[in-house]
Amino acid sequence: MRSALINNIQTELASNPTSYLLTGDLGFGIFDDFSQKYPKQFFNCGVAEQNMTSVACGLAHEGSTVFTYSIGNFSTLRCLEQIRNDVCYHNSNVTVITVGAGFSYGQLGVSHFATEDIAIMSALPNISIFSPCDTFEVESLFPQFLSLNSPKYFRIDKSSCLGLPLYPLKIGVPRLCHQSSSRIALLATGGIVEEAMLAADLLKSDGLDPTVYSVHTIKPIDAEFIQTLPSSFDFIFTLEEHNSFGGLGSILAHALITQSSKPIGFKSFCIPDTYPSVVGDQRYLRQYYGLDAPSLASSIRHFLPL
Amino acid sequence: MSNSLRLSRKIRVDVVNMTSSGNSSHVASCLSISDILAVLYGDVLVKDPSTPRLATRDRFILSKGHAGAAVYAALAESGYFPTHELLNHYKNGSNLSGHVSHRSVPGVEVSTGSLGHGLGIACGIALHAQQTGKKHRIFCLLSDGELDEGSNWESFLFAAHFKLSNLIAIVDYNKLQSIGTTEETLALEPLIDKFRAFNLDVVEIDGHDHDSLRTALNISILTSVRPRVIICHTVKGKGISFMENNVLWHYRNAQGDEYESAMNELNTGK
Repeated sequence: MRSALINNIQTELASNPTSYLLTGDLGFGIFDDFSQKYPKQFFNCGVAEQNMTSVACGLAHEGSTVFTYSIGNFSTLRCLEQIRNDVCYHNSNVTVITVGAGFSYGQLGVSHFATEDIAIMSALPNISIFSPCDTFEVESLFPQFLSLNSPKYFRIDKSSCLGLPLYPLKIGVPRLCHQSSSRIALLATGGIVEEAMLAADLLKSDGLDPTVYSVHTIKPIDAEFIQTLPSSFDFIFTLEEHNSFGGLGSILAHALITQSSKPIGFKSFCIPDTYPSVVGDQRYLRQYYGLDAPSLASSIRHFLPL
Repeated sequence: MSNSLRLSRKIRVDVVNMTSSGNSSHVASCLSISDILAVLYGDVLVKDPSTPRLATRDRFILSKGHAGAAVYAALAESGYFPTHELLNHYKNGSNLSGHVSHRSVPGVEVSTGSLGHGLGIACGIALHAQQTGKKHRIFCLLSDGELDEGSNWESFLFAAHFKLSNLIAIVDYNKLQSIGTTEETLALEPLIDKFRAFNLDVVEIDGHDHDSLRTALNISILTSVRPRVIICHTVKGKGISFMENNVLWHYRNAQGDEYESAMNELNTGK
């Protein structure tokens, strides 16, 4: 997904001479030739995310399209006030890009877990939030997101879901990944959609396989989609590699409560409100928190007894 | 009396009226920069109040956003909007917030209020001008206490590294911050050495002397090779004797007899 995103940014840099890519001294191996190819548009701002974000606001103030790039928390939480006051309040055309969503850098420790970013970024007015699960979502939605002349946040996961159906996607409308005849839906965001798909497979023999959606756009989520959920489903599960507060589960529950009048069963699978004391790769940490496919299948069976 | 001197007096009268009528803070911070603003808006900035977004305008960013009243006054007195609107400052439903806001206020480039943001934004504007061959200048006015914020030092590193010679950072060095002196709070001295060590073009002037301000501010980007920092030695509360160098007036405003005395001093030029 990262390569697809970088390719799209390269296309933008090449076609729009007043677009800029700023990095907080990250991207070894992927931006190697950028300073030669785009000497007037690519700048390594150093390990200084606060300044990088304010600089992005200044560039956008002059009518430019600007991307900032770093790892999970560095270009979001480290410079949160710059994103709030400079980028969002000024409704700047700045896209904050982070790599390493959720437990992508699970061995590196808590500093590198991007597990509260959706909650914090989604609380900011004017910003749109994109959390793709595969290369196709990046490719399809990047041009649509680029056309928004406003703040954007791209959260890129190391893991990626393979083999999903390909059809034209639209900002805000979750992607149908698996259609089931059950009245159960499982909505996931980011690379962990792969666990949702595997769980659906495991639940097929029980007749409990959910319809699976990838929620590639966390903000805004299409209101019509939300309003149709209670008529199509009796029970909704959400899945994310994010803290229980303010992530996909919270956002969807809030949307359902405020936008739909019909009651619906709801359960969110996410990271409990705590910092782990262990490290491990993404697969290990998903298992640790019961977010892997076998654990999900078992939990769903538990909640929906035959 | 020169134009800029007349303008500085108008700004001072306006900010006392605005802060007293609005019962708002930061009158002394406004008085500290009234001469800097008067020289900028009177003699230095390339601007057209009837076309606030003129492409070739010099950009001015107030990073010490709490002195917003002084910028609103400078803009109104320069013709960006009617001066009678100034008394809406701080009032319910007004656009003229205590900290400077770009929303619905012609001539304000960006909003600030949290310290340590303006210089980074100015760097972005300067970088764009540099890369696209534009000739306008970017002025950013910071407070001394604001230099406690680490983000400024990220921005100074950035400005020097990318040789943003179109950037002029002005430090309002009145040596008083929110609740004490700068030296008591987080010592800045030796300040000029710090800026020199960052490879910036530093000058030190009396921030109330209009001729010195004109000379230091009116640089040509054709000859400048490094970002400039102008350390302006100023007096917090300048122009009203009982406010000068008194930390009380960071938050207090003049009411009753104090207001009368303040206006009397400004009107008689004492």
